[in-house]
Amino acid sequence: MLESARKIADRQQAVTARKIRKIIIEESKRANVGHIGSALSVADIIAVLFEDELRLAGTDDPDRDRFILSKGHAALALYAALHLKGVLQQDQVQTYCCDGSLLGVHPEHQLDGIDFSTGSLGHGLALGAGVALAARLGGRAYRAFVLVSDAECNEGSLWETVMFAAHHKLANLVAIVDNNGQQALGKTKEVIDLHPLGEKWGAFGWKVHEIDGHNPEELRNTLAGLETTGGPPNVLVATTISGRGVSFMEGKVEWHYLPLSDDLYAQALTEVEASDS
Amino acid sequence: MRLACTRALAEIARSDPRILLLTADLGFMVLEEFAEAHPTRFFNVGVAEANMVGIATGLAASGYVPFLYSIATFASMRGYEQIRNGPILHNLPVRILGVGGGFEYGHAGITHHALEDLAIARVQPGLTVVAPADHEQASAAIRATYDLQGPIYYRIGKREDYTLPGLNGRFTLGRAETIRDGSDVLILALGSIAAEAVKAVDSLAREGIRANLSIISSLRPAPAEDIRQMLSRFPLAVTVEEHYVDGGLGSLVAEIAAESGTCCRVVRCGVRALPSAVCGGEACLREANGLSAHGISASVKSALKELGE
Repeated sequence: MLESARKIADRQQAVTARKIRKIIIEESKRANVGHIGSALSVADIIAVLFEDELRLAGTDDPDRDRFILSKGHAALALYAALHLKGVLQQDQVQTYCCDGSLLGVHPEHQLDGIDFSTGSLGHGLALGAGVALAARLGGRAYRAFVLVSDAECNEGSLWETVMFAAHHKLANLVAIVDNNGQQALGKTKEVIDLHPLGEKWGAFGWKVHEIDGHNPEELRNTLAGLETTGGPPNVLVATTISGRGVSFMEGKVEWHYLPLSDDLYAQALTEVEASDS
Repeated sequence: MRLACTRALAEIARSDPRILLLTADLGFMVLEEFAEAHPTRFFNVGVAEANMVGIATGLAASGYVPFLYSIATFASMRGYEQIRNGPILHNLPVRILGVGGGFEYGHAGITHHALEDLAIARVQPGLTVVAPADHEQASAAIRATYDLQGPIYYRIGKREDYTLPGLNGRFTLGRAETIRDGSDVLILALGSIAAEAVKAVDSLAREGIRANLSIISSLRPAPAEDIRQMLSRFPLAVTVEEHYVDGGLGSLVAEIAAESGTCCRVVRCGVRALPSAVCGGEACLREANGLSAHGISASVKSALKELGE
């Protein structure tokens, strides 16, 4: 990519990621719900996926790439991306967690742009493997991208799929691990130490890409360079920071759950808006 | 029933390219006919039932109709949450073949005895639940239901050589099938144990008790109207199932009886407690749980006697 084009792409993704973060802060405050840190953690990954990588994202075209947010508790980041794609309207996004809305804490497949309801960890990768297998059986080119959390790798069912996908060489299945080192009640290192996470996936037969999950260029280049038509399935182990973009949330376990007070909301919004500079 | 299902599936798959068969590493001498006829549509996912359900959900969401094969305990319980959050929640055509309900895996022990699969399946809205009584009905049930939109749990027996007299392979989703007429007592039986119920009916007839025997092979949708009408004609209904008495056919009939306000008394024959740790064959375990022909007829006579007092 030309230097000028690269800068434009980086700029575009930074703007998208900033807009996603702003929506996360605004809507979680409006709804007075948590999981803010988890959503901020994946904002850059989702921005790059929806901006650059997913083919026909948000459409109902049968050849669209499927995106499965297996860590469904980051749904607000996905709603924001779908809004920026024009799939969800602003007034819809503003119904987040309102009674009677389809936009809950976890994604609901009856909502436009969402193929699978998720929220129970350890399930999404198998859904993606089924989608990838279906594409292969039908001779179609679509792919499945599954975003899992690092703590989700505590689930045995995830590793069942990891083995299956490697055995069947599901190259059209891409897993992205949001490796922020945190889970609901503590640091992953202290709860169930996953280290060395990339080596674990590699030992199971996946091609592993250890990257910075907040670096748009690295994310974009890695995704663009994936061989998804043959060979082993790919996993991006993306190092991230929970609460990324809001200084008082970064790396703090409590922001897995806490909603924002008025004062902290104002500070968070200021910091997120400034991140565009 | 297992071979009858495999054969039916292999045939349907010839004209319907959406049909796939997945197994969690079970089905030796059972699945070969499908696997050989359709090798690219047969997958052994390994000993990983939860994953099998997840994969099947992704396949079904992409236009396929996957059938999943395992022993009923593993098929119904290991991936239960994946069944709920997958094909049920998304209303997708995943078909779960749970093999060998009740005590059919005899000496294999309690880990292989599905005694609650129908109960946990029956509470899920949108999950069709089918338990054929013999191989002819199993084949008919597969053919009648494989193309439904939503998910299905089939409890499939192991016997291939037994034909339930009078059933003649009839199966209609949401209907009961009466195979013996009688006016003294209503017996409602489900699954392979219907073979013992038939023997019980013959034995009762020799003692002058005329029993109506109806086969319930569709638990959801339940043949509620058929059952309601039958209950209104009898003073006593006895349910027979190789399953815990809670949650399965007996519960279904008791619910319908209570809601319809009938005066018919319902007596449930089934497994009432965690089975003994002592191992035994199917006949032995049925006998120990009051589910032999003798046990069933004894329950009927005892209940009739109580009604007469």
